[in-house]
Amino acid sequence: MPEVSTPDVAETTTAGTVATLSRLRPYAAKALPRIYLAMVVTLLASAVALTIPQVLRWLVDGPLADGDVTQLWIAFGIVLGLGVLEAILIGLRRALVLTPGTHVEARMRNALFAHLQDLPVSFHDRWPSGQLLSRAVSDLNLIRRWLAFGLVLLVVNVLTLIGGLIIMVTLNWVLGLIFAAAAVPVIAYGFSFERKYSDVARRSQDQAGDLATSVEESVHGIRVLKAFGRGRYALKRFENQAEQLRGTEIEKAKAIAGIWLYLTLIPDLAFGVCLVVGVWLASTGQSSVGELVAFFATATVLLFPIWSMGYFLAMTLDAKTATLRFFEVMDSENTITDPAAPVTIEGGAGELVFDDVHFRYQDAPAAFPDLIDGVSLTVRPGETMALVGLTGSGKSTLTALTTRLYDVTGGAVRVDGADIRSLSRADLRTRIAMAFEEATLFSTTVRENVLLGRPDATEAELREALDIAQASFVDDLPQGLDTKVGEEGMSLSGGQRQRLALARAIAARPSILVLDDPLSALDVDTEALVEAALRRVLARTTALIVAHRPSTVALADRVALLENGRVTAVGTHSELLATSEHYRFVISSLEGERAPQMTELDQKGARS
Amino acid sequence: MSDSAVPGAADRGVEGVEGEERDDLNKAESAQIRARSLRLLGSLIRPMRVKLALSIFVVVISTISQVAGPSIIAYGIDTGLPALLNADWMPVSLAGLAYLLAGITGAGLIAWFTVLSAQISQAILFDLRRRVFLHTQRLSLEFHESYTSGRIISRQTSDLDAIRELLDSGINQLVQGVLYMVFTAVALFLLDVESGFILLGALVPLAVLTRWFQLRSQRLFRRTRVASARLIVKFVESMTGIRAVKAFRTEKRNEDEFGGLVEGHRETNARVIKVFGIYDPGLVLIGNVAVAVVLLVGGFRVIDGGMEIGVLLAAVLYTRRFFDPMEDMAMFYNGYQSATAALEKISGVLEERPSVPDPERPVDLWAASGAVAFEAVDFGYVEDRPILPPFDLRIPAGQTIALVGSTGAGKSTLAKLISRFYDPSHGRITLDDVDLRDLHPKDLRRAIVMVTQEAYLFSGTVADNIAIGKPEASRDEIIEAARAVGADEFIRGLPNGYETDVNKRGGRVSAGQRQLISFARAFLANPAVLILDEATASLDIPSERLVQDALQTLLADRTAVIIAHRLSTVSIADRVLVMEHGRIIEDGSPAELIGGTGRFAQLHASWRESLV
Repeated sequence: MPEVSTPDVAETTTAGTVATLSRLRPYAAKALPRIYLAMVVTLLASAVALTIPQVLRWLVDGPLADGDVTQLWIAFGIVLGLGVLEAILIGLRRALVLTPGTHVEARMRNALFAHLQDLPVSFHDRWPSGQLLSRAVSDLNLIRRWLAFGLVLLVVNVLTLIGGLIIMVTLNWVLGLIFAAAAVPVIAYGFSFERKYSDVARRSQDQAGDLATSVEESVHGIRVLKAFGRGRYALKRFENQAEQLRGTEIEKAKAIAGIWLYLTLIPDLAFGVCLVVGVWLASTGQSSVGELVAFFATATVLLFPIWSMGYFLAMTLDAKTATLRFFEVMDSENTITDPAAPVTIEGGAGELVFDDVHFRYQDAPAAFPDLIDGVSLTVRPGETMALVGLTGSGKSTLTALTTRLYDVTGGAVRVDGADIRSLSRADLRTRIAMAFEEATLFSTTVRENVLLGRPDATEAELREALDIAQASFVDDLPQGLDTKVGEEGMSLSGGQRQRLALARAIAARPSILVLDDPLSALDVDTEALVEAALRRVLARTTALIVAHRPSTVALADRVALLENGRVTAVGTHSELLATSEHYRFVISSLEGERAPQMTELDQKGARS
Repeated sequence: MSDSAVPGAADRGVEGVEGEERDDLNKAESAQIRARSLRLLGSLIRPMRVKLALSIFVVVISTISQVAGPSIIAYGIDTGLPALLNADWMPVSLAGLAYLLAGITGAGLIAWFTVLSAQISQAILFDLRRRVFLHTQRLSLEFHESYTSGRIISRQTSDLDAIRELLDSGINQLVQGVLYMVFTAVALFLLDVESGFILLGALVPLAVLTRWFQLRSQRLFRRTRVASARLIVKFVESMTGIRAVKAFRTEKRNEDEFGGLVEGHRETNARVIKVFGIYDPGLVLIGNVAVAVVLLVGGFRVIDGGMEIGVLLAAVLYTRRFFDPMEDMAMFYNGYQSATAALEKISGVLEERPSVPDPERPVDLWAASGAVAFEAVDFGYVEDRPILPPFDLRIPAGQTIALVGSTGAGKSTLAKLISRFYDPSHGRITLDDVDLRDLHPKDLRRAIVMVTQEAYLFSGTVADNIAIGKPEASRDEIIEAARAVGADEFIRGLPNGYETDVNKRGGRVSAGQRQLISFARAFLANPAVLILDEATASLDIPSERLVQDALQTLLADRTAVIIAHRLSTVSIADRVLVMEHGRIIEDGSPAELIGGTGRFAQLHASWRESLV
């Protein structure tokens, strides 16, 4: 769990509910007029509901006492008319609010998605995608329902209560004040409820996000879990988290039960007291029977708004937490952005220069040396440079810096003389295409997967890229190039996926090609074929290739040897073989050279 | 999944996840799906029945005390008032006291009920979560490879959310609402039969309206589940593939596509809400008309002297209150429909049977020696498209086999068959003469472990990840395993060593390092049969050399099948199998084959060349 997703609970509560929720304003701006209108309409509906008891009072004290049948028909007509009006107003409220509510949800969801795609890779390294998913789906759903129901009804219920109390005080001030006095302890409890509930709501939503992460991992890691028969083990872990969530949810229910206790008990107590006092008042003639009837009828109309307050209050607090969680992501600043005035390179031969480049993860402990510790390297236009080094020496990191998947923390990377930070990201990533060792395929057709970097490529260009990557197997797929490959390309083998990823990078026709160990999953024959074909591409393109094998190195004009984040030697393969012992150790696997290398490794082990 | 792809779908109806994306199910299919989700619901509720009974008892009492209110008020006005005029305080005090008592009982019990029902619904949710999770883990790889991971994630997240929402507030609303309505109706009948009949009459339009709503919304709710699953699939894959998204500038295209899915989801949602927007005011209308009629009829009777004013008031209050929970009930119904649609999908996943089922009566195999045999085995992922034509193969215990051949020759398929990710189409595969299909999964997984090229790391520490090989392993064992495969050095170099969280604080490890970790896992698991499918592809040469040395000791007393493109592996193999187009075309010791003139001799020669 990233520390960002679990801020101090104290911090959560100090952010005011109103202040937090009002941050939704920009997204809800278009919907707000209709929401306000809906409040007015709902208030009218409540007023109508409150008018009916007044008709009752008039009926009891007038026509019923006098036995006037015509007036009874009039009363019936009024009550019926008011009833129809109330139904129409309620229908109107729904019509007003609900469609805009879905628009707000959609707008927020799109904004979140766009922002997440924009955020740098380092953000995604830290945030488990389950936490992101639970924000994009459950939290936004909650916010929509709050905007459409919760907000409107909360405001209207409060206003209805105030209106009802005023009517009750006018009907009979003694009874009215008794009822109003009952509100004091309820409101007081409401404040402590807010604090208590906010904490639990936050915890529950975070735990739900963690659970989603576990679900995701159990699905993405299914092969490992199956290979080791660890389904039960994963289940146990999942159960622990689900158990925690269950505990939190029950805690939440207890908080709700608390407020419900107050919300039902106190009005009922007031009702009982009012009954005795009211009857006494009527007996002394200080109140009419009709007034009494109207008073209780009004109080009954108010009961539901009172009870539902607990529900809407809880909903509001849930929405507040969801809003906080949404903005935790939206507030995450993108550190890798386009410059204000991007430089454009005319033409550009494709020179790639690392100038005293340093890189470290922002959250790496201070005592740690930089991962890339001052790399200076020039890849000349058209040249192919191989990066060679031990696992963890920084090869992949260095390649990731070229397209600003991460930004350098010192020095600069230049393309054709321009600092890559002065180019627009789109421009930069058009100039440089990458193939990753782990080939990510998206759930779409083979064609779209290969043409990811250049959707407008011609059929001939597509074929050429596939040919170079020796990916003719696509023609044997059920629908050829239009076969949908699963998310993660599950139905393809590792080697097949790698070749598609390679074809993708080639099809993009960049001026600089960056390949991170692109042939690792290929068999020797296929690898040889790919290499032979790749030579043609490399002849016209600048390239940086991470290589583990001599055969891949053979593609390169020069080789740079990386050691602990530094380039310790640059030269041709044979030069380095002759001059660098470390290079021989890293690249050579001939049996005869094994013995001395092992001793070096032992020394290395002893040093650290 | 289209039904045309599934021959014989008509006979079996819509089994498992079939028909999941369709909203045009016919009556029989609809009934079939409904029945299975009800069965699931029943099985979830059954263990809860005692607690459920208690909570219903609690809510009955609390509702009775709530419903008593208007009657007490009627008593207070009709009896208490005249008595008080005669200075008799008794009846009115009684009424007041009764009201207080009813209030306290009602409120206390409602609070208790709220907690009780939360306990019940959380227990049900826990049970369901657990079942879906366990079942997903049990389902064969075949299922996982066709049912995208995004969809299975959405089953376990957004669909479970829909059910949670229903259980959270819905059950409260339903039980309380229904009881409230029933008791209010009963109270009204006891108070005044004629008014009671008026209320009964109002139930007819109510039923008609509800039926209409049900028919209209059911299909729409199914559509929302499908729409939200699509949304989740796109979201998950864009976030997990963020590097490729950025490197190939597909942000804009993704946004458009995602925007389209969001719009589709929004539209189906809005349509559901619209239907509900007619249903809800319809309910209010019926209620209000009923109140007016009760008032009119009652008014005549009061004028005729056939009814007291207090009773009329109570009748009006009861009628009004009867319809009060209707809005909540409608919301419950809304949630119910949405949850049912979710339950339908979940029950579909739960209905899927693993194509690699666990044996009913497993054969015990505590300590396998590791002899593997294929007897007349053939296999194809799809019928009529054989990947491996019929063949026999015996691997004696302790033998190390190198499996070589070009990509697509069937090497990985063979490996997947040994580790029983798939079952053969015909014939049988045995371990120590026991058919793999008869082995308990525990015995099978202890005996046979496969390490693949994709080294997936779970969130947690490095040590946790190694311990997947043997959850009960001690720290020393974990370190021992890491050291044996040459991973110890780099792990110690991480910020917190073995305790480094792989998602955090510089814990990000390279592809090669991940492979070393997954090697350590396998080392720790210590199986009788070890299968390595391209498990060293991302390693640099010195690491691979270290792993090879480790393997030599590790494999001395166990069976191993190694698939590697780098033929250096062959040096530690006792026997080499060369595969082509699914057939084993050469079989012999490395020395024999290298010395010969066959395919392997060629491969070996070209590999030697590639080293220089």
